[in-house]
Amino acid sequence: MSEPLLQVEHLKKYFKTGKGILQAVDDVSLSVDSGRTLGLVGESGCGKSTTGKTIIRLIEPTAGTIRFQGQDITKLSRGKMKSVRQNLQIIFQDPFSSLDPRKTVEQLIGEPLKWNRIFGTRAEDKAHILHLMDVVGLSRRLVNTYPHELDGGRRQRIGIARALALDPKLIVCDEPVSALDVSVQAQVLNLLKELQKEYGIAYLFITHDLSVVNHFSDDIAVMYLGKIVEVAPSKELFRDPIHPYTKALLSAIPIPDIDVRMEQIPLKGEITSPINMKDDCHFAARCPYADESCLHCCPDLTDRGSGHFVACHKF
Amino acid sequence: MEELRKDTNKPDDLLVIEGLTVFYETDEGTARAVNDLSIRLKKGSTLGLVGETGSGKTTTALAILRLVPDPPGVIKSGTITLDGIDIMSCTEGEMDMIRGSKVSMIFQDPMTALNPVMSVEEQIAETLRIHEGMNKHESLEKARDLLAMVGIPPERGREYPHQFSGGMKQRVIIAIAFACSPKLLIADEPTTALDVTIQAQILREMRELKERHDMSMILITHDLGIVAQTCDQVAVIYAGRIVEYGTLRDIFKNAKHPYTEGLFGSLPRINEDREMLDPIPGLMPDPMELPPGCAFAPRCRYASDRCSEAVPEARWFGEEHYVCCSAYDDPGFALKGGQSHE
Repeated sequence: MSEPLLQVEHLKKYFKTGKGILQAVDDVSLSVDSGRTLGLVGESGCGKSTTGKTIIRLIEPTAGTIRFQGQDITKLSRGKMKSVRQNLQIIFQDPFSSLDPRKTVEQLIGEPLKWNRIFGTRAEDKAHILHLMDVVGLSRRLVNTYPHELDGGRRQRIGIARALALDPKLIVCDEPVSALDVSVQAQVLNLLKELQKEYGIAYLFITHDLSVVNHFSDDIAVMYLGKIVEVAPSKELFRDPIHPYTKALLSAIPIPDIDVRMEQIPLKGEITSPINMKDDCHFAARCPYADESCLHCCPDLTDRGSGHFVACHKF
Repeated sequence: MEELRKDTNKPDDLLVIEGLTVFYETDEGTARAVNDLSIRLKKGSTLGLVGETGSGKTTTALAILRLVPDPPGVIKSGTITLDGIDIMSCTEGEMDMIRGSKVSMIFQDPMTALNPVMSVEEQIAETLRIHEGMNKHESLEKARDLLAMVGIPPERGREYPHQFSGGMKQRVIIAIAFACSPKLLIADEPTTALDVTIQAQILREMRELKERHDMSMILITHDLGIVAQTCDQVAVIYAGRIVEYGTLRDIFKNAKHPYTEGLFGSLPRINEDREMLDPIPGLMPDPMELPPGCAFAPRCRYASDRCSEAVPEARWFGEEHYVCCSAYDDPGFALKGGQSHE
């Protein structure tokens, strides 16, 4: 098997806080193949966004290695990282705060082209900007408007056009549709899927919305308090979840169908503090199956066959 | 709109809204937020008010409490009758007594709805002193009971909102809303700001409390999954009008309005495998420039010329099920998509 497009091993990101060390990302390993989508799901504060930002080194990792297209990019200089980022882009969650309000649509989409001196002339830049607007479904007449004149769906399309400008191999999508209404959300999800088919882009798709991730991803990694607790192909994960957290999470999704009733698995309490965590199973405090063994050491992700990995002592 | 049901004043209706119209009049123009909206809510039932951002759901809720910000908001016309009381003719003083004791509202954002410089139990107790005339000791005692009821250890009552997580803050707000056992609870996206496991806990608690206190509820949401699990009736709202109304079964199994069909088509579902979603093209119209006739017509795949001529009248398909769509003038008309049909 050839090397995956993105391979992350033992990635850690700790933040120092007044109360101690906050283990936002704690030994995360994952990989994404060309043209595929890995969904990274978890609840707020589980470290999924930090993982995404650390992978493209908007945040510097504390430890671990990130290999992209066979190259170790963990320690690359700013200059070298710039050329790597042509192939490694990000779309942010909030289309209201991630765009410079003083720039027009043309300037916003043209920024990556200008910075990387892709084309020699402004005319070529402009032609490519208009092409990108066509690709993401933004009407060309909007080329001179400012973000505040546009709705969330259109703004998110600008974010997508910016990410596409340099023809990347992988896009980290950090909650790209969470701020959008359901009818517009569906438009943007379809667009991202079409782009994947057309250009073979791989996605690391970060979201808290399990229905969206199931629809969108080939594989899914479930994160809890800085660690990946389960990874499996999407269908497999939804058909046969093994980790108690995954089970509870899936059972909590409200299904828009009055004939389907999921047996809810209630969880005790809420997510615990990620500061100064012990070397135990971080989920043990809320887990209905936890016992002594769960408090002694942190379970590793182990292979349960057919690409299904679980980190749990009990199952 | 034609009268909602022939047998108008049913005694088991807790809330009746007729022809409600609310505008926001600003210097840039008039935003027509709610347009001739009528709803009735039976005692003990839960109505889901479903629509997207800007559809007028929250403005409708605020009008019931007479809390539409004025200016710029103006209630242009309509009547609201809550438990036999004509809300529109109440004085401010009367409204102060109605809010909290007859009708309570839970807002979307638990982070901003609590007073940051007041302890949690004091915020619950305040409500009880105002509406139930309790003294300080009694009200604090009851406040701690209410905290226990929503699953917060009573000894944490002396803490302040910033010491609580989002889910716990929302529980405090629920405790305040239930404090005086109101007849009607309006919950405006009560779990949108919360994680899915916490959402499940909160929804379960709200359902149980509602049953126990024999209350009625209006649940405002954009999430059809939550509606399916919580509501008895559903009103689908678009550009300030109810476009379809019916029981849970009518809406989920026999949706008739093209917008309702579009909402279901847009949803990714975990129990279904579809390569592409079926989104509604285009965007919600600007409430300052609503298209003439049916406001959904410009996005509707079934639209014809007659749709922009007049606002469609309600057409009844069952005991409680009505749809406002001109396409049904043609007796052979049926929606094409197979999404939510049996």
